[in-house]
Amino acid sequence: MKEELEKQLEKIKRKAKHALSKKAAYGPDIDLTLYIKSRGEAVKLEDYEEKLMNVGIELSSKSRAASYFQVDNIALNTYSSTDEIELTSLSTAIRENEDLILNYYWKAVPVDLDKYTAIAELAGGEGYVIVAHKDARIKRPIQTCLLLHKPKLIQAPHNIIVAEENSEIHIVTGCLTSLGAEGLHAGVTEIYVKKNATVTYTMIHNWSRKIHVRPRTAAIVENGGKLILHYINMSPIASLQSYPKIELIGAESKAYTSSILIGRESSLLDLGSCIILSGERTSGEVVSRIIATDSSKVISRAKLVGEARNVKGHIECSGLLLTNKAKITTIPELEAKVSELQLTHEAAVGRISEEEVIYLMARGFTRREAESMIVRGFMEVSIKDLPNSLIKRIQKVLDLVAEKL
Amino acid sequence: MLRVENLTVKVKGKTILRNVSFELDKGENILLMGPNASGKTSLVQAILGNPNYKIIEGKIYFEDKDITHLPMEERVKLGISASFQFPPKLKGIKLRKIVEEILKRRGAINVEQEIERLSNLLRMNYLLDRDLNVGFSGGEVRRAELMLLIAQNPKLILIDEIDSGVDVENIAVIGKALNEILSKQNRASLVVSHTGFIARYIKFNRACVLVNGKIMCWGEPSIILKTILEHGFDKCIKCKRGGT
Repeated sequence: MKEELEKQLEKIKRKAKHALSKKAAYGPDIDLTLYIKSRGEAVKLEDYEEKLMNVGIELSSKSRAASYFQVDNIALNTYSSTDEIELTSLSTAIRENEDLILNYYWKAVPVDLDKYTAIAELAGGEGYVIVAHKDARIKRPIQTCLLLHKPKLIQAPHNIIVAEENSEIHIVTGCLTSLGAEGLHAGVTEIYVKKNATVTYTMIHNWSRKIHVRPRTAAIVENGGKLILHYINMSPIASLQSYPKIELIGAESKAYTSSILIGRESSLLDLGSCIILSGERTSGEVVSRIIATDSSKVISRAKLVGEARNVKGHIECSGLLLTNKAKITTIPELEAKVSELQLTHEAAVGRISEEEVIYLMARGFTRREAESMIVRGFMEVSIKDLPNSLIKRIQKVLDLVAEKL
Repeated sequence: MLRVENLTVKVKGKTILRNVSFELDKGENILLMGPNASGKTSLVQAILGNPNYKIIEGKIYFEDKDITHLPMEERVKLGISASFQFPPKLKGIKLRKIVEEILKRRGAINVEQEIERLSNLLRMNYLLDRDLNVGFSGGEVRRAELMLLIAQNPKLILIDEIDSGVDVENIAVIGKALNEILSKQNRASLVVSHTGFIARYIKFNRACVLVNGKIMCWGEPSIILKTILEHGFDKCIKCKRGGT
């Protein structure tokens, strides 16, 4: 390893150590000492084929451009069907790709953001690195799968995605657990979208009721670049807190985020997106659909910061409350730093419309069927720019979620 | 097929229908006219069993079975179906999906083919993959209502203002489609219309006029229509022959 890289990595580690007790801005605080730092245990993924499918992961990788499988903090295997993209594990990239690490490692997300980024640096050590070369236009999805298996473990992958100029990639990330026991997932994802490149990133989470999840995601989008983030969480969870930050630094770059948050049982969800429109004529849209049932609590945040002229941003947040014990809070923020811009938001939270239920019952559906159709319809957000196969997959995931509600 | 006896209906605590009685035989089509807010929709919804329309007094029999207190779901299963004057917009639910589910539930053999046939009949092809009634024009809403109703294949067909706010071309399409289901065996219909436009396309056996929650008059559809067109509903109110 060259001296410069070594120095940088040491500096990062030092910063991380200092931030180990730094509480996050949002979400319940987790005592990290209750969890185990270890590489974890390798498992046979075949045993989880159906669970993987439910989060959009195809074990055979047949229709995928590339695949990455990680269990706990161990990179199990990587596969790529084309040399237009590179897919490696983080540890390999640190060993073999000094430039990439120097340029992109902890450059979008600060390592000392909070204790979760710190622990990712100190207890993780693995993750995936995807580089789409200039002009690569890959229609087939790239899939990455993170499985948390060992009880009490801190799973802390660090992922880096670089879409070089004029490239186009579609990533689907399935995060899941085989555990009924406690666990902590603190994943870092840094996304770099270069000039005129397009990245779609679809994250499907299927955790379990004792897992705490703290993803830390940030993206930097250059001129004419486009970033689309879709997020779906399907299962009950102890707590989830995440607030991805997208910086549109290049002129005419665009970001769109959609989140479908399902609060079940006593889940605590605190999720949002922040888009900083710092390039001229950039545009950003944050869309979320929240369904809260049982005694779940869901906070949906969204923030648009307009820093340049002629930018456009919109927040759209809708919540559906299915029980009296559940709670939904929406917190939209618009921050304008120049005058010539357009930032808007709309939010609505309510119950299932009785008028709609009666109407569907008059068409021959039972009350339960009618409600389930309305809930499923509610989750339907515009899923932009994704390959058809992925759209179908997402539809199936949502069908599955609606059935369980 | 349908017998309504002394029906009194309240909506949100207010009495809307008073002592309404009539019978509807198999194969019969009745045109129900009346000014705005006379209780036409309430009659349709009360027969359908909408829980917002409370039956205070009287009885409803369908095929000789007392359905007065039968929940709407059960009535729909027996073969009663209504088109709504103001159906809700169903965000995220595609027209195709609803038609498909309705057809599956009633055990249609070739669902795809039937969707195709119905959408040709009602010119709905371009709307199949849209959310039901979201951004639909007046005519599109009416055609969608009829499409769903025909998909249900009911015996007792209740139609509510399917010809209001609709242009001539749309009425022709609606009339043709409605005729198709009415011409099937063992059907009967109660068709609500305050304009009577639909009468150009449907052969009604009888017509009646509902004013202030009461049926004021029964008669030959062409005569009633002509009278209303010439003199408005005032004449019916003054006439007060009631029920004959």
